[in-house]
Amino acid sequence: MTSSRRIPGELGIWLFVAGDLIVFGVFFVLIAFGQRQSTDVFVQSRAQLDLWIGVANTLLLLTASWFVATAVERHRQGERSACARLITLAMLCGAGFVANKAVEWSGKLQQGITPATNEFFMFFFVFTGIHLLHVLVGIGVLGILRGVSRKPEAGPHDLRTLESGATFWHLVDLLWIVLFALLYLL
Amino acid sequence: MSIAKQALPTRTRLNIAWGILVAATGIGWWFGHAAQGDGAHNPIALAGVIVTAFFKAWIVGVEFMELRAAPRWLRHGYDAWIVAVAAALLWISLR
Repeated sequence: MTSSRRIPGELGIWLFVAGDLIVFGVFFVLIAFGQRQSTDVFVQSRAQLDLWIGVANTLLLLTASWFVATAVERHRQGERSACARLITLAMLCGAGFVANKAVEWSGKLQQGITPATNEFFMFFFVFTGIHLLHVLVGIGVLGILRGVSRKPEAGPHDLRTLESGATFWHLVDLLWIVLFALLYLL
Repeated sequence: MSIAKQALPTRTRLNIAWGILVAATGIGWWFGHAAQGDGAHNPIALAGVIVTAFFKAWIVGVEFMELRAAPRWLRHGYDAWIVAVAAALLWISLR
Protein backbone atom coordinates (compact mmCIF):
# COMPACT_ATOMS: atom_id res chain seq x y z
CA MET A 1 0.00 0.00 0.00
CA THR A 2 2.85 2.36 0.83
CA SER A 3 4.10 2.30 -2.77
CA SER A 4 0.73 3.66 -3.99
CA ARG A 5 1.11 6.77 -1.86
CA ARG A 6 2.04 9.86 -3.88
CA ILE A 7 2.34 13.59 -3.46
CA PRO A 8 -0.68 15.35 -5.04
CA GLY A 9 0.72 17.87 -7.55
CA GLU A 10 4.29 19.14 -7.54
CA LEU A 11 6.54 19.12 -4.48
CA GLY A 12 7.11 22.87 -5.01
CA ILE A 13 3.48 23.76 -4.30
CA TRP A 14 3.71 21.87 -1.00
CA LEU A 15 6.80 23.87 -0.02
CA PHE A 16 4.76 27.02 -0.69
CA VAL A 17 1.85 25.60 1.34
CA ALA A 18 4.20 24.83 4.24
CA GLY A 19 5.60 28.38 4.20
CA ASP A 20 2.13 29.93 4.08
CA LEU A 21 0.86 27.71 6.90
CA ILE A 22 3.75 28.85 9.10
CA VAL A 23 3.17 32.56 8.29
CA PHE A 24 -0.59 32.34 8.87
CA GLY A 25 0.03 30.27 12.00
CA VAL A 26 1.86 33.32 13.37
CA PHE A 27 -1.03 35.59 12.29
CA PHE A 28 -3.51 33.34 14.13
CA VAL A 29 -1.41 33.42 17.31
CA LEU A 30 -1.19 37.25 17.09
CA ILE A 31 -5.01 37.50 16.88
CA ALA A 32 -5.42 35.19 19.90
CA PHE A 33 -2.87 37.21 21.92
CA GLY A 34 -4.65 40.44 20.93
CA GLN A 35 -7.98 38.99 22.03
CA ARG A 36 -6.44 37.88 25.33
CA GLN A 37 -4.87 41.28 26.04
CA SER A 38 -7.70 43.55 24.80
CA THR A 39 -10.76 41.35 25.24
CA ASP A 40 -13.26 44.22 25.53
CA VAL A 41 -11.97 45.98 22.40
CA PHE A 42 -12.09 42.71 20.44
CA VAL A 43 -15.60 41.76 21.62
CA GLN A 44 -17.02 45.25 20.89
CA SER A 45 -15.27 45.51 17.51
CA ARG A 46 -16.32 42.01 16.46
CA ALA A 47 -19.95 42.95 17.19
CA GLN A 48 -19.62 45.59 14.42
CA LEU A 49 -18.83 42.93 11.81
CA ASP A 50 -21.59 41.48 9.67
CA LEU A 51 -21.48 37.81 10.67
CA TRP A 52 -23.60 36.76 7.70
CA ILE A 53 -21.10 38.13 5.20
CA GLY A 54 -18.48 35.96 6.92
CA VAL A 55 -20.78 32.93 6.89
CA ALA A 56 -21.65 33.47 3.21
CA ASN A 57 -17.97 33.79 2.29
CA THR A 58 -17.16 30.60 4.22
CA LEU A 59 -19.86 28.68 2.35
CA LEU A 60 -18.67 30.12 -0.98
CA LEU A 61 -15.07 28.97 -0.41
CA LEU A 62 -16.10 25.55 0.95
CA THR A 63 -18.27 25.03 -2.11
CA ALA A 64 -15.55 26.27 -4.47
CA SER A 65 -13.11 23.78 -2.92
CA TRP A 66 -15.66 21.00 -3.35
CA PHE A 67 -16.07 21.94 -7.03
CA VAL A 68 -12.29 21.99 -7.55
CA ALA A 69 -11.68 18.65 -5.80
CA THR A 70 -14.49 17.09 -7.84
CA ALA A 71 -13.08 18.67 -11.02
CA VAL A 72 -9.71 16.98 -10.46
CA GLU A 73 -11.47 13.64 -9.94
CA ARG A 74 -13.54 14.14 -13.12
CA HIS A 75 -10.33 14.87 -15.06
CA ARG A 76 -8.88 11.55 -13.85
CA GLN A 77 -11.96 9.81 -15.25
CA GLY A 78 -11.49 11.52 -18.61
CA GLU A 79 -14.54 13.76 -18.14
CA ARG A 80 -12.68 16.89 -19.16
CA SER A 81 -15.65 19.06 -20.10
CA ALA A 82 -17.25 18.36 -16.69
CA CYS A 83 -13.89 19.27 -15.12
CA ALA A 84 -13.88 22.63 -16.95
CA ARG A 85 -17.49 23.35 -15.94
CA LEU A 86 -16.75 22.67 -12.27
CA ILE A 87 -13.70 24.94 -12.36
CA THR A 88 -15.86 27.70 -13.89
CA LEU A 89 -18.34 27.29 -11.01
CA ALA A 90 -15.48 27.48 -8.51
CA MET A 91 -14.28 30.72 -10.15
CA LEU A 92 -17.79 32.18 -9.79
CA CYS A 93 -17.76 31.27 -6.08
CA GLY A 94 -14.37 33.01 -5.78
CA ALA A 95 -15.77 36.09 -7.53
CA GLY A 96 -18.71 36.05 -5.09
CA PHE A 97 -16.23 36.03 -2.20
CA VAL A 98 -14.40 39.06 -3.63
CA ALA A 99 -17.69 40.93 -4.20
CA ASN A 100 -18.79 40.21 -0.62
CA LYS A 101 -15.44 41.44 0.70
CA ALA A 102 -15.75 44.63 -1.35
CA VAL A 103 -19.23 45.27 0.13
CA GLU A 104 -17.97 44.52 3.65
CA TRP A 105 -14.84 46.68 3.43
CA SER A 106 -16.55 49.63 1.73
CA GLY A 107 -19.29 49.53 4.40
CA LYS A 108 -16.70 49.63 7.17
CA LEU A 109 -14.73 52.46 5.53
CA GLN A 110 -17.96 54.48 5.06
CA GLN A 111 -18.62 54.09 8.79
CA GLY A 112 -15.16 55.54 9.43
CA ILE A 113 -13.73 52.17 10.51
CA THR A 114 -10.17 51.75 9.21
CA PRO A 115 -7.07 49.73 10.14
CA ALA A 116 -6.12 52.66 12.41
CA THR A 117 -9.36 52.36 14.45
CA ASN A 118 -7.97 49.80 16.89
CA GLU A 119 -5.91 46.58 17.12
CA PHE A 120 -8.83 44.35 16.13
CA PHE A 121 -9.55 46.25 12.91
CA MET A 122 -5.83 46.46 12.13
CA PHE A 123 -5.74 42.63 12.24
CA PHE A 124 -9.06 42.45 10.40
CA PHE A 125 -8.01 44.60 7.42
CA VAL A 126 -4.38 43.39 7.18
CA PHE A 127 -4.98 39.65 7.53
CA THR A 128 -8.17 39.48 5.47
CA GLY A 129 -6.41 41.74 2.94
CA ILE A 130 -3.48 39.32 2.63
CA HIS A 131 -5.99 36.49 2.34
CA LEU A 132 -7.93 38.42 -0.33
CA LEU A 133 -4.71 38.62 -2.38
CA HIS A 134 -4.54 34.82 -2.13
CA VAL A 135 -8.14 34.59 -3.39
CA LEU A 136 -7.37 36.84 -6.38
CA VAL A 137 -4.25 34.81 -7.26
CA GLY A 138 -6.32 31.65 -6.74
CA ILE A 139 -8.98 32.81 -9.22
CA GLY A 140 -6.18 33.42 -11.73
CA VAL A 141 -4.80 29.94 -11.05
CA LEU A 142 -8.28 28.46 -11.58
CA GLY A 143 -8.42 30.32 -14.91
CA ILE A 144 -5.21 28.57 -15.95
CA LEU A 145 -6.60 25.19 -14.81
CA ARG A 146 -9.76 25.84 -16.81
CA GLY A 147 -7.61 26.47 -19.88
CA VAL A 148 -5.71 23.21 -19.26
CA SER A 149 -8.93 21.23 -18.93
CA ARG A 150 -10.33 22.74 -22.16
CA LYS A 151 -7.35 21.87 -24.35
CA PRO A 152 -8.34 19.74 -27.35
CA GLU A 153 -5.91 17.00 -26.33
CA ALA A 154 -4.97 16.01 -22.78
CA GLY A 155 -1.26 16.44 -22.06
CA PRO A 156 0.94 14.16 -19.95
CA HIS A 157 1.44 16.80 -17.25
CA ASP A 158 -2.14 18.09 -17.09
CA LEU A 159 -3.10 16.09 -14.01
CA ARG A 160 -0.10 17.33 -12.03
CA THR A 161 -0.86 20.92 -13.06
CA LEU A 162 -4.49 20.52 -11.99
CA GLU A 163 -3.50 18.94 -8.67
CA SER A 164 -0.98 21.70 -7.93
CA GLY A 165 -3.44 24.50 -8.71
CA ALA A 166 -6.18 22.73 -6.75
CA THR A 167 -3.85 22.42 -3.75
CA PHE A 168 -3.28 26.19 -3.80
CA TRP A 169 -7.04 26.84 -3.95
CA HIS A 170 -7.69 24.50 -1.00
CA LEU A 171 -4.98 26.35 0.96
CA VAL A 172 -6.95 29.59 0.38
CA ASP A 173 -10.06 27.82 1.70
CA LEU A 174 -8.51 26.37 4.85
CA LEU A 175 -6.79 29.66 5.80
CA TRP A 176 -10.16 31.44 5.55
CA ILE A 177 -11.83 28.78 7.74
CA VAL A 178 -9.50 29.67 10.63
CA LEU A 179 -9.53 33.45 9.95
CA PHE A 180 -13.34 33.39 9.95
CA ALA A 181 -13.40 31.61 13.32
CA LEU A 182 -10.87 33.94 14.95
CA LEU A 183 -12.19 37.24 13.55
CA TYR A 184 -15.98 36.66 13.42
CA LEU A 185 -16.80 33.94 15.96
CA LEU A 186 -14.34 33.85 18.86
CA MET B 1 -14.81 -0.66 -14.82
CA SER B 2 -12.21 -0.68 -12.10
CA ILE B 3 -11.78 3.09 -12.52
CA ALA B 4 -15.53 3.59 -12.16
CA LYS B 5 -15.53 1.40 -9.07
CA GLN B 6 -12.79 3.50 -7.50
CA ALA B 7 -14.16 6.85 -8.72
CA LEU B 8 -17.64 6.56 -7.24
CA PRO B 9 -16.42 6.28 -3.64
CA THR B 10 -14.01 9.20 -4.19
CA ARG B 11 -16.78 11.49 -5.44
CA THR B 12 -19.14 10.29 -2.74
CA ARG B 13 -16.44 10.96 -0.15
CA LEU B 14 -15.96 14.50 -1.52
CA ASN B 15 -19.72 15.09 -1.31
CA ILE B 16 -19.80 13.82 2.28
CA ALA B 17 -16.78 15.99 3.17
CA TRP B 18 -18.58 19.09 1.83
CA GLY B 19 -21.69 18.18 3.87
CA ILE B 20 -19.59 17.76 7.02
CA LEU B 21 -17.86 21.11 6.38
CA VAL B 22 -21.17 22.94 5.96
CA ALA B 23 -22.60 21.28 9.08
CA ALA B 24 -19.44 22.13 11.04
CA THR B 25 -19.80 25.77 9.92
CA GLY B 26 -23.21 25.75 11.63
CA ILE B 27 -21.73 24.19 14.77
CA GLY B 28 -18.91 26.78 14.79
CA TRP B 29 -21.49 29.57 14.44
CA TRP B 30 -23.45 28.10 17.37
CA PHE B 31 -20.33 28.02 19.57
CA GLY B 32 -19.50 31.59 18.49
CA HIS B 33 -23.04 32.72 19.34
CA ALA B 34 -22.65 31.14 22.79
CA ALA B 35 -19.22 32.76 23.19
CA GLN B 36 -20.57 36.22 22.38
CA GLY B 37 -24.03 35.75 23.92
CA ASP B 38 -23.44 37.41 27.27
CA GLY B 39 -20.11 39.04 26.48
CA ALA B 40 -18.49 36.93 29.18
CA HIS B 41 -15.46 34.70 28.87
CA ASN B 42 -17.00 31.32 28.10
CA PRO B 43 -14.18 28.76 27.88
CA ILE B 44 -16.28 25.94 26.40
CA ALA B 45 -17.56 28.22 23.62
CA LEU B 46 -14.05 29.54 22.88
CA ALA B 47 -12.66 26.00 22.74
CA GLY B 48 -15.61 24.92 20.58
CA VAL B 49 -14.94 27.67 18.00
CA ILE B 50 -11.23 26.82 17.79
CA VAL B 51 -11.62 23.03 17.70
CA THR B 52 -14.41 23.21 15.09
CA ALA B 53 -12.32 25.50 12.85
CA PHE B 54 -9.27 23.25 12.94
CA PHE B 55 -11.40 20.14 12.43
CA LYS B 56 -12.73 21.79 9.26
CA ALA B 57 -9.22 22.73 8.13
CA TRP B 58 -8.14 19.12 8.72
CA ILE B 59 -11.04 17.79 6.61
CA VAL B 60 -10.07 20.17 3.77
CA GLY B 61 -6.48 18.87 3.94
CA VAL B 62 -7.24 15.18 4.15
CA GLU B 63 -10.13 15.00 1.67
CA PHE B 64 -9.86 17.95 -0.74
CA MET B 65 -6.04 18.28 -0.77
CA GLU B 66 -5.84 14.48 -0.98
CA LEU B 67 -3.47 14.10 1.96
CA ARG B 68 -5.37 10.87 2.70
CA ALA B 69 -3.33 9.19 -0.07
CA ALA B 70 -0.13 11.26 0.35
CA PRO B 71 3.15 9.99 1.84
CA ARG B 72 2.96 9.75 5.62
CA TRP B 73 5.56 12.52 6.20
CA LEU B 74 3.38 14.98 4.29
CA ARG B 75 0.10 13.94 5.88
CA HIS B 76 1.52 13.86 9.40
CA GLY B 77 3.33 17.16 8.80
CA TYR B 78 -0.07 18.71 8.12
CA ASP B 79 -1.56 16.95 11.16
CA ALA B 80 1.28 18.41 13.25
CA TRP B 81 0.50 21.96 12.03
CA ILE B 82 -3.19 21.50 12.88
CA VAL B 83 -2.44 20.19 16.38
CA ALA B 84 0.34 22.71 17.14
CA VAL B 85 -1.55 25.85 16.06
CA ALA B 86 -4.86 24.71 17.59
CA ALA B 87 -3.09 23.86 20.88
CA ALA B 88 -1.33 27.25 20.90
CA LEU B 89 -4.62 29.10 20.33
CA LEU B 90 -6.40 27.05 23.02
CA TRP B 91 -3.57 27.72 25.48
CA ILE B 92 -3.58 31.47 24.78
CA SER B 93 -7.38 31.75 24.89
CA LEU B 94 -8.08 29.59 27.94
CA ARG B 95 -5.15 30.11 30.31
